[in-house]
Amino acid sequence: MLINHNEILETVNMLRQEKLDIRTVTLSLNLRDCQDSRPAKLQHNIYSKITNTAKNLIAVVDELESKYGVPIINKRIAVSPISAIAEGCKGKDLRSIAITLDEAADKVGVDFLGGYSALVQKGFTSGDVSLIDSIPDALSVTERVCSSVNVASTKAGINMDAVKKMGGVIKETAEMTRDQDGVGCAKLVVFCNAPEDNPFMAGAYHGIGEAEAAVNIGISGPGVIRSAIENSPGLDFTSLSEIIKKTSFKITRVGELIGREAAKRLGVTMGIIDLSLAPTPTAGDSVALILEKMGLEYCGCHGTTAALALLNEAVKKGGLFATSSTGGLSGSFIPVSEDLGMVKAIKAGALSIDKLEAMTSVCSVGLDMIAVPGDTTAETISAIIADEMSIGMINDKTTATRLIPVPGKKVGEVANFGGLLGGAPIIKLSDHSSKDFIDRGGRIPAPIRSLTN
Amino acid sequence: MSSKIIVTVLGKDQSGIVAKVSGALANNSCNIEDISQTLMDDIFSMIMLVAIDEAKIKIDELKNLLLKLGEKLNLKITVQHEDVFRFMHRV
Repeated sequence: MLINHNEILETVNMLRQEKLDIRTVTLSLNLRDCQDSRPAKLQHNIYSKITNTAKNLIAVVDELESKYGVPIINKRIAVSPISAIAEGCKGKDLRSIAITLDEAADKVGVDFLGGYSALVQKGFTSGDVSLIDSIPDALSVTERVCSSVNVASTKAGINMDAVKKMGGVIKETAEMTRDQDGVGCAKLVVFCNAPEDNPFMAGAYHGIGEAEAAVNIGISGPGVIRSAIENSPGLDFTSLSEIIKKTSFKITRVGELIGREAAKRLGVTMGIIDLSLAPTPTAGDSVALILEKMGLEYCGCHGTTAALALLNEAVKKGGLFATSSTGGLSGSFIPVSEDLGMVKAIKAGALSIDKLEAMTSVCSVGLDMIAVPGDTTAETISAIIADEMSIGMINDKTTATRLIPVPGKKVGEVANFGGLLGGAPIIKLSDHSSKDFIDRGGRIPAPIRSLTN
Repeated sequence: MSSKIIVTVLGKDQSGIVAKVSGALANNSCNIEDISQTLMDDIFSMIMLVAIDEAKIKIDELKNLLLKLGEKLNLKITVQHEDVFRFMHRV
């Protein structure tokens, strides 16, 4: 037999015991050819394009899942930034477009569709302003639509007017979905250096430089990495890194196989494999647990940033050899509400917002799925965004925030978002004001590192 | 891509496992090309490389049939296309 007995049992064990899965197969789709000045026609074009191109998405993914025996958790769609697609439309009825996107996602059977987005790192167009202003309404009247706004980049600096605006948008979105603990904000990401080929929600959109349509794959497997560490006790960091690299290689190869096959069957380009470790609220499927297995009492204690840096680097190095199509966010995720280990660490008082911020400087993506007190001001939210954007801008990496100011809830209470979004204790923020800083507006200029030519 | 699957069987050792699983495969014109088995602490594991080019049923149906057989014998049986193992373990 080409593959030996133990290797086969290792794979079966990874899938059955350690929850190895493909986290998402995302069909990334250009909508630029849908543009029309007549609102009804634009909506019709968008609906037809999505439902025609993605009509076989679920069936194809289900077939692959069965053929290879690899669970594929999410099937999703990313579309061109709607701010650009709707800009020339009379009246810019963005609410109707959001509903059209929601209906198209429902029709083809995907749980999330990303791309209700604007890229404003340097400044706003009229289409960008309309879209950003419509986000709270759009996210409250739809179930599946996800939104993202890129407010900063290493090349352009930080658009602090956009940062200020997003503080208000996040507050309003939370308020409009207050009956579900502000869940609208779980579908809204603020980015620095947003990748154009990210398969993961809520930040996926189809970039302007992308092909007509592509399949992008998000791999996962925190449980597999954790077991590999558990089964090799007492290793020094060099050897530990080696174990993680080897495991990451294997995980990524599964993504490569699924990506190639899915692209072929759907008749679209094979896009990228996102080398990410994405946790879920399922027990054992946790990035925090991996860090703790390295010898930390809790995720969040001193040493956590170093542990995460090692993990992140080793995952990328192992994955890089397994596919020639790396892209997306590629790094460990630390979405608090979706990771039971993170939730436990916050409840134990071991993990703070400050430590999370430090962790985001060595992994992808940022302050993700963090529940903050409902009475947090818009300016404080903007200031958290500004800090996070500056980490991305200076370090030439993607950073993001997905903050949920949970209406009516205070530090220590728990927010529940349901399903894969999980739930999280409300985390403590600084009590001091950043208002005068945020009110300045303007743009934080691009860093020295932007001048690479 | 080839049409070969890997069937794995795991569980408490008992008489007739090989006969029952291979019988189910033979009944559906699936050809066993290679087989290996080990017994460790009373836990039986068997792996079969099976060609399904001439199979009478689709891979999904075969999978369901073997899953049901596994439930009956209190064994964990998995059916996966061989490429997933080749991709994961060979460059």
